[in-house]
This record gives sequence, C-alpha cells and structure tokens, in this order.
Amino acid sequence: MTAGTSQLTSPPTSPLVSPLVTIRDLHVGYVRRRRTAPAVRGVDLSIGSGEIVALVGESGSGKSTIANTIIGLLPDNARVTAGSVLLHTGPDPEDADGPALDDRLDLDGHGRRTVEIVGAREKVLRGLRGRVVGLVPQDPMVGLNPTRRIGGQVAEAIRLRGVSGDDLDAEVLEFLAQAGVDNPQLRARQYPHELSGGLRQRVLIGIALAGRPRLIIADEPTSALDVTVQRRILDHLEGLVRESGISLLIITHDLAVAADRGDRVVVLQDGEIVEQGPPGDILVSPAQDYTRRLIAAAPGLAHGGQIVPRFQLPPEQVATPDPVIRLENVSKRYPLPGRQAGSFLALDGVSVEVARGRTHALVGESGSGKTTMLRIAFGFEQATDGRVSLDGVDITGLGWKQTRLLRRKVQLVHQNPYASLDPRFTVGQSITEPLVSFRIGDRRTRTARALELLDQVALPGSYLDRLPAELSGGQRQRVAIARALALSPELVLLDEPVSALDVSVQEQILELLTDLQERLGLSYLFVSHDLAVVARISHTVSVLNRGRQVESGSVAAVFGSPSSEYTRELIDAVPGQRGATRQAGSRDDDVREVART
Amino acid sequence: MTRYILGRFAQALVVLWAAYTVTFAVLYLLPSDPVALQLGAAGIETDKLTPEQLNTAMAQYGLDRPVLNQYFSHLWGFLHGDFGDSISKQQPVADLIGDRLGPTVALSITAATLSLVAGMALAYLASYMRWRPARLFLTRLPSFGASFPQFFIALLLIQLLSFNLGWLPATGVKGWKSLVMPSITISLLTASMLAQVLMRSFDDTLRQPYIVTARAKGLSRAAVQWRHGFRNALLPALTILGVLVGLTVTSAIVVETVFSRNGLGKLAQEAVLAQDVPVVLAIVSLAAAVFVFVNLVVDLLYPLLDPRIVQGRRKVASS
Repeated sequence: MTAGTSQLTSPPTSPLVSPLVTIRDLHVGYVRRRRTAPAVRGVDLSIGSGEIVALVGESGSGKSTIANTIIGLLPDNARVTAGSVLLHTGPDPEDADGPALDDRLDLDGHGRRTVEIVGAREKVLRGLRGRVVGLVPQDPMVGLNPTRRIGGQVAEAIRLRGVSGDDLDAEVLEFLAQAGVDNPQLRARQYPHELSGGLRQRVLIGIALAGRPRLIIADEPTSALDVTVQRRILDHLEGLVRESGISLLIITHDLAVAADRGDRVVVLQDGEIVEQGPPGDILVSPAQDYTRRLIAAAPGLAHGGQIVPRFQLPPEQVATPDPVIRLENVSKRYPLPGRQAGSFLALDGVSVEVARGRTHALVGESGSGKTTMLRIAFGFEQATDGRVSLDGVDITGLGWKQTRLLRRKVQLVHQNPYASLDPRFTVGQSITEPLVSFRIGDRRTRTARALELLDQVALPGSYLDRLPAELSGGQRQRVAIARALALSPELVLLDEPVSALDVSVQEQILELLTDLQERLGLSYLFVSHDLAVVARISHTVSVLNRGRQVESGSVAAVFGSPSSEYTRELIDAVPGQRGATRQAGSRDDDVREVART
Repeated sequence: MTRYILGRFAQALVVLWAAYTVTFAVLYLLPSDPVALQLGAAGIETDKLTPEQLNTAMAQYGLDRPVLNQYFSHLWGFLHGDFGDSISKQQPVADLIGDRLGPTVALSITAATLSLVAGMALAYLASYMRWRPARLFLTRLPSFGASFPQFFIALLLIQLLSFNLGWLPATGVKGWKSLVMPSITISLLTASMLAQVLMRSFDDTLRQPYIVTARAKGLSRAAVQWRHGFRNALLPALTILGVLVGLTVTSAIVVETVFSRNGLGKLAQEAVLAQDVPVVLAIVSLAAAVFVFVNLVVDLLYPLLDPRIVQGRRKVASS
C-alpha cells in the first residue's frame, strides 16, 4: 500500500452516532527472534454506539490483532508501537460501587469517561474486559472449560458485576435464555462436552452478554459451525445487539458474512485498512482491486447473491452407464456408544455414483452421513447394507488387503491441510510417499514425478525440499492434492478440501481442481457443507439429511428448483444474499467481469 | 459409573497377579540353580551334601516339587496372607515385613506429600511469575533437582545438617527429626519430576482457547489460572502420580541404606544380597501392590476431575 491511500481511507465519522471506540494510527507488531514484524500498520477506525462493524481480511491481515488490542488480550510478544485506542464508556450509575474503572479515567468534557487502552495497566484492562468489551471467541468446541459446568462458567462473568446469591442463579438462567439456549435449567448443570457446537456458541454468547458490555467482539463467531446453525446464531446475535444497543465488531475472512451483517464493512489487507463503508457501497463500487478480488472470491456475492452453477448438465446426461464408483442403497449402522442398547443408523439406503470426468457432490450438515459415505467409498468402513462397485468391479465386503491394488485408483484429499501433512516430511517426501508405498520407480524417477506433480498444482520445483511449516494453507493443500495425484488415480475423494482456507485461497484451489479435472480426466467425489462452493465445482449433487438422501440430480436442477424444504433451507443459509441484494443489478456484470480476470 | 469402577478393579487385580508371576518367574527360572541358591541362603552348601541329605533339605523348603506346583502353592499362600518363611533368617516373611513396615510407610508418605506440595507449588509459582529471569530460574530448577543422584544428596545433607550444624540425627528412625533428611532426599527427585510434567501441562493449558474466554470475562490472572488452568493442567500430571509414589518406595532402598533406617528398603537390600527368594518375592509383590493401589486411586479420582471420562468423549463430527 502506498502512503496516499491513508487519506482515502480516513474513517468517515458519522455525526449521528457517538463513537464508542476510537482507534488512531494504531501500529502493532509481533516480536520474533528479536525483530518486530508489523501486523497492524497505521489503522484508524471508530465504532459507534449500537453500530455493527465488520472487519474483513485474510489470515495475517491483522484483523484479530486489532480486536485483541481493543479487549487488551494481545499475546506477550505483541508490541503496540504507536497510536491510541480510546474507549468511551458512559457514566454508569451502577458502576459507582463496582470495581476497577476508577483508574486513569478522564472526563472529556461531555460527561463521558474515556480510557486509553494502549499502555493501560492490567488492572484497568481487566475492569474493561467483560464489563465494557465482551468477546465471542472463534471455535465454540474449545472455547469453554471442559471441566466446569456451563452454569458456573456463566456465573463467573455475572459475579464480577457484584451479583451474588439467588440473583446470580436467576441471572445465569436469564442470560442463557437470552442467548437462545433451550432448557437453561438443564444446560446450566451440564458440561460443555454434552452440548452441540451451536449450543456451545450460544453459551459463549451468553457469557459475553453476562457482563453487560457496550461492545461485543465476535471473532469468526460461526466459521466452525454448520451453515444453517451459523445463520440462526448470527441472526440471533444481531437481533440481541440491535435490541439492546450494544455495538458489535465482527471479525471475519468472509466478505459475504461481513456484507450480510455489518452496518459498515472495513476491509483490511496486510495490517492496513484498504477500504471501508456501508456494505452496499463497498459491493457496488469497490475502490480497490483487493476488495474486488474478495468480492469475486466470495461465491455468494459474485453473482448478486444467487448461487450460479458452473456446469449446466442436461437432465438426460445425469445418469451414466459406466460410473467410476457406484454405491447402491448403502446403509450404515453403528452401535450406540457405551452400554446403550440399540444402534444408530448413520446412512439409510443412499445411492450415489460418480460419472467419469465429472464431480459429484455430497452436501449436508454435521451428522448427515456425508463423511460416512466418503469413508465407505474409500474402504475405511464397510457398509452394513448395500453394494459398492469400483470401476465395474463389485468390491462389497472385500477387505482392505484384497482391494489394495484397486485402491490405487482412489485417492483422498483431507479437509485440513495443516493436519494432513507430516510436519517432519519435506514436500518431496510427502508427494512421493504413495510411490514408495507401492514400490513404483526408483529415487530418480520418483523425484521427476514429484517435480511434474508440483508443476501440475502450480508450485515451483524448488518447494521439493520445504517443510509444511514453511508453506501457507493454500500451498499445503496444493501439496496434499499433488500427493493424491501421485498414483494417477481415476477418482479423488475431496473431504471439504477448501473449508479450512481463506475465501480467496478457496477460489484458487477450486480453480486448480477444475483445471486438473479437465487436463487429467479426473472424477471427484466432493464432500462439502457449503453450497456456494459446490455450485462452483460440481456437475451433480446429492443432498443428505440425517442419513437419508433428500434429493439428487444435476446441480442446476437441485439448486435452481429445490424440491425439498431442507435443500431450500440450506440454500437460504448461504451468506452473502442479504448483502448482495443491496447491490445494484446493473453492477452485477462488472463484478463478474472482475471475477474472471 | 459402576462399570467403570468394576473395570478398574479388575484391571488392578490382573496387574497385581502379573507382577507376582513375573517376579516369581524371574527369581525361580533365571538363576542357574534355584535349589543351590536357596539352600545356600540358608547356610547349606549343596556341594558337601550327600544326595539323601540334599533331598531332605529340599523337601524341608518345598523345593523338591515341580516349579508350577511351587508357583501355585505360593500364590495360594499369598492370597491367604501367608508369605512363607525367610530362608536366611528362619522367620515368617510376614513378621519380618511387619517389623520393618512402619519406618518405610512413614518415610514414603512424608516424601510423597512433600513432593506433591513442592512440585505443585513450584509449577504454579513458575506459571504465575511474570518477571522473566525469575520465571526462567524456576522452570530450570526441576531438571537441576532431578539430575543429582540420591546417595550424593543424602551424603551432602548429612554433612551439612548433621555434622556441620548438628540439627538433625544422621541415622536411625527415632522421632520426626530422623524423617526430615530422608524425605527431602527422596522428594527432591519426585518433586522435580512432578514439577516438570506440571509446568509443561500448565503451559499447554494456558494456551487453550477457553483461557482466552475466561480472561475476556474480566477475571483476574489468579482466578483464571486457579479456576480454569490448574484443574485442567492437573489431569495429565495425575497419570504420573502412580509412578512417583512407586518411586518413593523404590528410593527407600537407597535412602534407608544411606541413613541406616531399619525399614523395608533395607530389608529388601539384605534379602537380595542374601538371595532370600521368599522375602524378595514378598517385597516386590508388596511394592507392586502399592503401585497398583495408587494407580487405582488415580483412576477413580479421574472422573471426579474430568467429567468427560465416564460418559466417554462423544466424537464431534468434523464436517
């Protein structure tokens, strides 16, 4: 970024709302090996009372650093090198006998108390945390203490306001109910592991509310959750905030989410604000290339909130006489855990086939059985019922050893490239491991093959000796794809291959997969919960719900005119539609034009 | 829950039986001639005996029966609290052990308590301390403490506290004063080991996202560490607790020898030197029983500290 842009992006101060947070020229760096790497470089930002601000950017853009600065939770190696963060907290009669806020408070002449957060002592920050600024953390699965009851964890936040005794218990239930937790009495006595991810996120929202803050920071609040749960929770959070006049700062990498939820969208790149304004303006006339790229990459936004399938398959071509893999009437039954009698039907007579050179998608939420289906296709699990045939050969009931050679035709790409690569293997070792395992070629031919594969996934040959830690998420996923291609498979099973990646990187990986499919004639079985992503890569799709196939057919037919309520619900939950309706229709083509470049 | 408890009990019994069997096998099957060994321990030199005399001697100690027969009769005896007779001392093993048990139990309990308190305090202090040099010093301390051999520490303590300062008796089992140096010697090692594990587990725990949630509530540092950090950090350390208590028992052999304490450790040392198989077998089984018991207690404590254990971790689908 050049210096000139800082003038362009000076914060538009709205005269209508009084600011709650004023950030001026904030610089934050992280000290590593005695050098300070800047993460936030000269950010000016204000958040008004009752305003919803969405901070968008890719990983490393500094969005979480800004959030952590506001709530005073920067890690030990972070240094605020310049700038100021002012928190304007109104005079609160209830605060009179409350703890902590008395330190370093000034009256700024308008009867308002102002606290400078930069350089403030821990005691001051602690007084602000929870009671002025609340936090809804990223991953609800790990955001709650596993060894304490839900009620106790909510009570802690309330007790800090000086509430005790029966009032405390009553307030715990009240906040849980407010956050949309069903049956609060029961939940308060339960432990986190007994709750679903969505419920845990609601509990965390309840904890954030419990301190009666003026600002809630939501750090990627729902990216770990199913789309429909995600939508319900964001709707709920937004409703609560609007109702009570709390300000909300949403941190997200997904411009679609930001556009849906924010009164104002702030786009960050490399620690600087690139652009900010109301979502309508940003989406209609993005001033910066970077913003345009983000818009193009967000599947929900690129086509004006519509899910536009990439491939239009005529209905008569949906069925295929000679699929690569065919799973017929597959059922899978698991015994219930522990001593419980009976069993759980994970899959109930689902039939799926993948045509040669095409992509078939399995869509559904957690517990829909899509991952079980993938595991059966790969041979990790045996179907309880039904038949599996690979390349015309019936492999139902055959063991792993018997089908090992056949399995060379099927390879798998995992969801999380941060976990699927051995951190001690170089890229070259990872890619050639399948060759070594099947004793194909010698050292020289394997290296040649690895170079060829790296070229296919658009990585330079010099990456052969790198370790995964030196690569970005997108690069790691490319390596994982190269490894899956090493044995020249016919079918590649893709288990949410882009859901752990930034939106703009997702786009590149999807592009790569489509490109490889065309060049190598690959077939894909693609598992995803994200319908917008599915529309970008798949020809046909099966929608699964609780182990049953709800509907299937070409992507255009299923997404265009869904016949089931469940599919419609999934489609409605795709973020970006609300924001996109604020877009003028005439701009739509321009945006798509950018998407192609 | 009952199923969990019964399962742990069954496991403990199996481990105990296995420990006994392995010890028996090692003592009876490995040495070249167990008969000569044991008769030698009783002061009978097998070379000078006529075959008849040898047979009588063997019959007297039950050594003429097949090994399996001996194994089962010994096991049967053990189950009834009959540990047989010591060969070198011509006394029932149970009486021998009973005489020597007191000082060792006192020492072991004192040392275990001391190492628990010291280890936990050190780990907690190290994680609470914010001044970097002090913190660094505290985190390095355990590896320092664990790297000295116990006999060296014992001699150092005797030199300093008994001979130079004259505060504590160098030997004997009389009074609490005689317990101080032996238990310090033992717990220096075990406390260091515990502190090392705890520190690492503390560091891990304090990096967990729920700690951020707790801090974001506005809780004080001490409250976050105590209520959210400590209990979770304790879980991995609990597992080595069994090993540590076992270690205090085995350390007793060295320490009781150095401090001339007439305890089980000293008895074990004497029995091994005299190749008194029944005594060694009984002591090893007793040590195994202590070990199994502590682990059983730990296993039963676990579900109280970690609610996830009994219900079994419900797997959360990743998709």
